[in-house]
Amino acid sequence: MSTLLSDGGAVLTRQLQKARHAPALLVLTQTMPITMLLFFGYVFGSALAMPGAEYREFLVPGLLAATAAGGLMTGMFTAAQDAHRGVTDRFRTLPMSRAAVPLGQTAADLLTTAAGTIPLMLVGLAMGWRVESGWAGALGAFGVLLLFRFAMAWVGTYLGLISASEEAAGQLGSATFVLPLLSSAYLPTAGMPSWLRAVAEWNPISAVATAVRELCGNAGAEAAAGAAWPAAHPVAGSVAWSLALLLVFVPLATRRFARGRG
Amino acid sequence: MTTTYAVLSEGLEKNYGEVHALRGLDLAVPEGTVCGLLGPNGAGKTTAVRILTTLTGPTAGRARVAGHDVTREPAAVRRAIGVTGQYASVDGDLTGRENLRLFARLAGLRGRAGRARTEELLERFGLTEVAGRVTATWSGGTRRRLDLAAGLITRPRVLFLDEPTTGLDPAAREQIWAAVRTLADEGATVLLTTQYLEEADRLADDIVVIDGGRAIATGTPAGLKARIGSRAEVTVDAAEALPRAAAVLDRLTGGRPALDEERRTVGVTVSDAGLTLPGIVRALDAAGVPVTDASLRQPTLDEVFLRLTGTAPATPVTPTAQAAQATQATQATRKEHAA
Repeated sequence: MSTLLSDGGAVLTRQLQKARHAPALLVLTQTMPITMLLFFGYVFGSALAMPGAEYREFLVPGLLAATAAGGLMTGMFTAAQDAHRGVTDRFRTLPMSRAAVPLGQTAADLLTTAAGTIPLMLVGLAMGWRVESGWAGALGAFGVLLLFRFAMAWVGTYLGLISASEEAAGQLGSATFVLPLLSSAYLPTAGMPSWLRAVAEWNPISAVATAVRELCGNAGAEAAAGAAWPAAHPVAGSVAWSLALLLVFVPLATRRFARGRG
Repeated sequence: MTTTYAVLSEGLEKNYGEVHALRGLDLAVPEGTVCGLLGPNGAGKTTAVRILTTLTGPTAGRARVAGHDVTREPAAVRRAIGVTGQYASVDGDLTGRENLRLFARLAGLRGRAGRARTEELLERFGLTEVAGRVTATWSGGTRRRLDLAAGLITRPRVLFLDEPTTGLDPAAREQIWAAVRTLADEGATVLLTTQYLEEADRLADDIVVIDGGRAIATGTPAGLKARIGSRAEVTVDAAEALPRAAAVLDRLTGGRPALDEERRTVGVTVSDAGLTLPGIVRALDAAGVPVTDASLRQPTLDEVFLRLTGTAPATPVTPTAQAAQATQATQATRKEHAA
């Protein structure tokens, strides 16, 4: 266990050093959600039936959830890059803990995300979004978001490890941008056709977005009658989703890392 | 005195679906020697190294590295080995120093011990000046030296080098060769794979020629050459004299002389070690063959390979003499591990 933490710490340091050497990439990934927030909030928001200010209050939690889901993409890129550039094999020949690399990488991702969420929230506040429920609610929302980010990073790590090439991981990773579109992150599900609404209500991103709305006391937190369980119980739903994903993908990714590519 | 083997494998097999990468590879590398695993692309060299370094398991067969079974005691094997991959497996997004510090930490060298080992290796491989720069900006040869340094972080008893100079220019290749020679002189056991005959000839005490997933010949570079025989080549002053020269060489060697009309030469393989160059020249002179040039030389490893496998191996870029600049390798104290 102490080797796991110490080796994981070494890998975490490595990830932060990498970020420091490529500040442009870090700035790009951190400002992307802000750009999207402004774009959706003022371009889409101006054309919706919902008043713009109300939509922006609805949108900020959705974008926070979509950004947390981005852990999937980051996890995939990170794992695929190491796997296909021989770095993973170098690690695997060292007398180190087998789980340390995925753990260190997902933990580093968690740290940079936590730091990146703050400017996103500040822009949200500037756009009129408010935390109506005080510090406890804000901290709860922050926790739900980070737990989901951590889970998605593990899913991504597994997918990156099994990817056929860096390019394949890149393409699949870019395709994950549709996941928030099939959720209540950007738009309410009420107007969707029933089959699509079922997909959206079971989408963990919906649960996380709604949980943040509920914890912050924002519009759009109340579920429609007959909504699926995660949509009706967003906080419990998000935590359950995140834990379930971790339960499945932590062992999968760790075993895959230990077993290698054959 | 019994020989201790640093690497020992019996009947190693590895299948990837329908592809048989290894078909029963036996290896025995005595401690403190350099073994060259020589073969063309796809011969199974990299697969063998991946099994021996615990990166993948064999489909059948057994292997022991530094006294430990690779499938049953992989952790013990990892503590005893250093690996330098076919492609530089350092992190391109980190500086050289950060890379070594990372691998040192992961190998259990924390704090001051890791810093000291890092600086020692940077110095040894002449990397101190570039150590603060991100390695993606380095030249291929410099990166490969860092990769070699990373493989040495644990002071390994057995070092695996998978095609350590593939894709390098002659100067960089000489630097890697010098570094490997120094390691071998210090007593490390080295198993290196290569498709360059010159590399195996220069570095290895023993060569295992592998093709199609199994060893087809084993021996010292000189021993392998002796098995194939020497090569006699005679140049005459007129093309008309070629058949007569060929007849004499045929009588002397029983080989089948090959005629080259354009260069006016006759070449033949000589397996009789008692046959000397003066003997050949005297016989030709007695037959009235107007000889202008004659040679009897050891076969190159290319010829060895051609004879053993029927295919020509990949040829390396020949390093130029002035490129033969050796890496300044400082003496490093080696901590001997008890077996």
